[in-house]
Amino acid sequence: MHRTGELYGQFQTLEQQKESSTLGMWIFLVTEVLFFGGMFLTYTINRHQYFTAFGIGSNTLDIKLGTINTGVLILSSLTMAMAVWSAQVGKKGLVTGFLIATLALGTVFLGIKVVEYKQKFDHHLIPGHGFDVWYQVDNTKPETEMGKKLLDDEREELHKATLTDPDIQSHAQLYFSLYFAMTGLHALHMIVGAGLLIWLIKLSMRGRFTPQYNTPVEIVGLYWHFVDIVWIYLFPLLYLIDRHR
Amino acid sequence: MSEHSEHIVSPIVYMVIFFALIAGTTVTVLAAFQNFGQFNIVIALGIATAKATLVVLYFMHARYSPRRTQLVIVCAVFWLAIMLALTLSDYQTRQQHLSRIVPPAALYRA
Amino acid sequence: MSTAPLVPEHELPDTHYLNATYGSGRSIRAWLLTTDHKRIALLYLASVTVFFFIGGIFATMIRIHLLTPGGALVSPETYNKLFTMHGVAMIFFFLIPSIPAILGNFLIPIMIGAKDLAFPKINLLSWYIYLIGGCFVLYSFGTGGLDTGWTFYTPLSSIYSNSAVTPAVIGIFINGFSSILTGLNFIVTIHTMRAPGMTWFRLPLFVWAHYATSLVMILGTPVVAITLLLAGLERMFHLGFFNPSMGGDPILFQHLFWFYSHPAVYIMILPAMGVVSEIIPTFARKPIFGYSFIAASSIAIAVIGFFVWAHHMFVTGESTYAALAFSFLSYLVAIPSAIKVFNWTATLYKGSISWDPPMIYALGFIGLFTIGGLTGLSLACLGLDIHVHDTYFVVAHFHYIMVGGAVMGYVGGLHFWWPKITGRLYPKALSRFAAIVLFIGFNLTFFPQFILGYLGMPRRYHSYPPEFQVLNVLSTAGASILAVGYLLPMLYLFWSMRYGKVAGPNPWPATGLEWKTDSPPPTENFHVTPVVDWEPYDYRNRPDLGLAAGGPLAPAHGDD
Repeated sequence: MHRTGELYGQFQTLEQQKESSTLGMWIFLVTEVLFFGGMFLTYTINRHQYFTAFGIGSNTLDIKLGTINTGVLILSSLTMAMAVWSAQVGKKGLVTGFLIATLALGTVFLGIKVVEYKQKFDHHLIPGHGFDVWYQVDNTKPETEMGKKLLDDEREELHKATLTDPDIQSHAQLYFSLYFAMTGLHALHMIVGAGLLIWLIKLSMRGRFTPQYNTPVEIVGLYWHFVDIVWIYLFPLLYLIDRHR
Repeated sequence: MSEHSEHIVSPIVYMVIFFALIAGTTVTVLAAFQNFGQFNIVIALGIATAKATLVVLYFMHARYSPRRTQLVIVCAVFWLAIMLALTLSDYQTRQQHLSRIVPPAALYRA
Repeated sequence: MSTAPLVPEHELPDTHYLNATYGSGRSIRAWLLTTDHKRIALLYLASVTVFFFIGGIFATMIRIHLLTPGGALVSPETYNKLFTMHGVAMIFFFLIPSIPAILGNFLIPIMIGAKDLAFPKINLLSWYIYLIGGCFVLYSFGTGGLDTGWTFYTPLSSIYSNSAVTPAVIGIFINGFSSILTGLNFIVTIHTMRAPGMTWFRLPLFVWAHYATSLVMILGTPVVAITLLLAGLERMFHLGFFNPSMGGDPILFQHLFWFYSHPAVYIMILPAMGVVSEIIPTFARKPIFGYSFIAASSIAIAVIGFFVWAHHMFVTGESTYAALAFSFLSYLVAIPSAIKVFNWTATLYKGSISWDPPMIYALGFIGLFTIGGLTGLSLACLGLDIHVHDTYFVVAHFHYIMVGGAVMGYVGGLHFWWPKITGRLYPKALSRFAAIVLFIGFNLTFFPQFILGYLGMPRRYHSYPPEFQVLNVLSTAGASILAVGYLLPMLYLFWSMRYGKVAGPNPWPATGLEWKTDSPPPTENFHVTPVVDWEPYDYRNRPDLGLAAGGPLAPAHGDD
C-alpha cells in the first residue's frame, strides 16, 4: 500500500488512521492487563498461603528506593503527558524536551532498579541454590549500635517466622521468584518503552509532530502510562506487605 | 466514523493529578507502617486503584475518549475480575488446602 | 467436463493480487515482504499446511501403534511423545491459526469493503512470529521430543520430564503473540475500516464470528503466555511457582492454563461456525434465518466461554463447590451453540438446496458439531465426568468438535472461497466424493472411541486390554480413510491452481461483498470503494445473481 504523507494507503482519512491506531493501542493494553493479571493471580494465591514468608521477603526490600522510584515513574508519566500536550498545541521544541525528560526519568528508574537487584544478589536472595534468607543476618557486621539493634530485630523476626512457617526458606524463595518475575517483566516493559521514546525523539527532532499529526506520541504515551499503572500496583504489593511489624 | 474533536487537557489538570498521585504514594507508605489488621491490604489496594484511575482518566484521556475506548477499559477490568474471582472461588471453598501438605523432600529433584 | 457451458466462459482479470508487481516484481521477496493481507493469508496457508502434515504424521503413528493391545510400533516413552507432539502441532500451529489467519485474513477486509487490515505490517509481523514460534517447537520435536501432554501440566513439565520442554514452551509463548496481534488487527479493522453503508448488522456472520474469536484471542492468549513463561522459568531456574515441594500450587497452573485453553476451543470452533453461516444460506438460496441471533450467539459463546474453564479440573482436587458452579456454567455455553444449530436448520427448511461441495462440508459440520456438543454436555456434568474423565470418551468428544467441527469448517471454507482466492474452480464431482470420504472416515475413526471411553479405556496409554482391540482396529481403519479424505482435496486444490476452470467473480453465486470483486481480487480489493445499500444474505431480492425469488434456480455455471 502506498503512503501519501502521513496517511497510510489502507486508510481513507487521517482521522480514520488515528482512530485505528489509538484503538489498537488500547486493545494491546487490554492484553497487557491480562498478561500481568496472570502473575498477579499467582502472587495473590501464594501470598494468601504464605503470608509470613511474604512479609519477611517484603521487609528486606529497600522502601526508600522503592518510594523514590514510584515518584520518579509518576513524574515521568507527567512529562509524557506534557509531551502529548506540547504536540497537540504545536510546540515542537517542548515535545522533544519532554520526551527526553521522560526517557531520562525512565533511565533513572531502571538504574535504581539495578541497585536494588544488586542488593538482593549480595544478600543471597536470588532464588536458586544459593538462596538463604538467613544470609544477611548471619553475615553482616554492624558498625553502629543502631545497626546492631536493627539486625537483632531482624533475627528475632526470622526466628518467630520460622515458628509459624517451618519451610520459610522455600516460601520466601517463592516471594522472591515472584518479585523478580514481576519487577523484571515490568522493567522489560520500561526498556521497550525507552526504545519507543528514542524513536519518538528522533522523529520529534525532525519536527514531525504537529497538532494535526501526533498519534505516535499519544499512543506511546498510553503505553508509558500503563507501565506506570503496573508499578502503582506492584509497589504496595511487593514493598508494603508487612511493614508495620 | 466521525470522531469527537480532540480534547486537549490543560497542563494545570496534569499538575493537579501529578500532585494527587504523589500524595497517594505518601499516604500509602505511611499507612503501611500502621497496623490496621486485615485492612492494610484493603487500604493499599484502594489507594493504588484510586491512583490508577486518575492515571487512566486524565493522563490517558479516558475521560475525554469515545465510548468505545471506555468500553475497552471496562472489558479489561471485567475479564481480569473473572480470572481472579473464579479462581479464588475455588481456593476459598476448598475443604482442605491440599497444597499446604508438604510432600516428602525426596520427591524434589534439584 | 461438460462441453456446453450455460454461462459464458470467464477469464481471469489481467492484474490481480497474485501477479501484481510490488516494486520488486514477482520475486520471492515480493512475497516475503508483502503487506497485502491476501498474500499473507497464502503464506499462512502454506505454513499451516506444513504443521497439519506434521501433526497428521504423528496421528497416523498413534493409530498404527494402537492396532494391537501391546502396542505395535513404538516404545511407551515414544508413544507419550507422539500424542504430545500431535496435540501441540495441531492445536497451537494448525487449528488456532487455520481459519482466522487464512480465511479470516483473506476475507475480512474484502467482506467489509476495506483495502486491507488496519495494520498490514503487524499482520506480516504476526506471520513471522508464527514462523519463529514454529521453529522453536520443531527444534523441540527434533531434539528429544516432548512428552508432557499438550497441556504442559506442572510439575511434570517443570521438573520431571526429560524431553525438550523448554524450547517448546518458548515456541508456544512466542506463537501466542502471533495470535494476539491477529486478533487485535481484526478487532480494530472491523471497528474502523468498514465501507460506507456497512453497518454492524450488515456485516457477514463470518465477520461477526471472527470478531468474537478475536475477543477470545486478545483476552485469553496473554494469560497462557504468562503461564507458560512462569512454567518455563520454573524449569530453567528451578523456581517454585507451581511446584508443590517448594510450596507452589500445580492446580494454580491448571487454572491459569485452562483460563486460556478452554476459550481457545472457541478460537477454533467460532470461525468454523462463521464459515458455515456463509455456506448454508448460499446453497439454500435463502436469507439466513435469525441473523441477529447468530451474530449475538457468537459474542455470547466468546463471553460465556471464559466462565467455564475449571470443568477440565473436576478430578484435580479443586473445591467441590467451585466444581459445581463450573459444571452449571458449562451448560450455559450450550444455549448459544444450540441457537446457531437451530438457525442453520431453519435456514435449510424449504430452501432450494444445491449440493455443491462446500455445502456437503457444512452439513457434515452441523451433524458432527451437534454430536460433539451434546457429548460435551455430558462431560460438563460433574458426576458423569468423574466416570469418563481422561478416557477415550473425552478424546472422541473433542475430536468431534475440533476435527469434525473446526477442520470440517476449514476445509469447507477453503472449498467455498477457493475460486475467490485462486480465481479457479476445482473438479466438483471429485470434491463431493472427497467430502463424503472425509465424513465417513471421520465417523469411523472417532465414533468407536466414544464406546471405548465409555467402557473405560483411558487416554494417553500406549497399551490396552485385548477386549478393546476390535474397536481400536476399527478406529485405525477409519483413520486411513480419513487420511484419503484430507489428501484428495490437497491434491485437486493444488492442481486446480493452474489447471482449474476459470471461476469468474461469483461462481456459486453468493451475496457477500467479496463476490462483487474480481476473482482473484485486485491488490486494493475493489476498483472503487464499494457502498453497501443492501441487507446481508438477501437471496430473495437479488435479480442480479440470476436467482428468481422463490422460483426455479438458473444454473449458475456448467457442472463439471
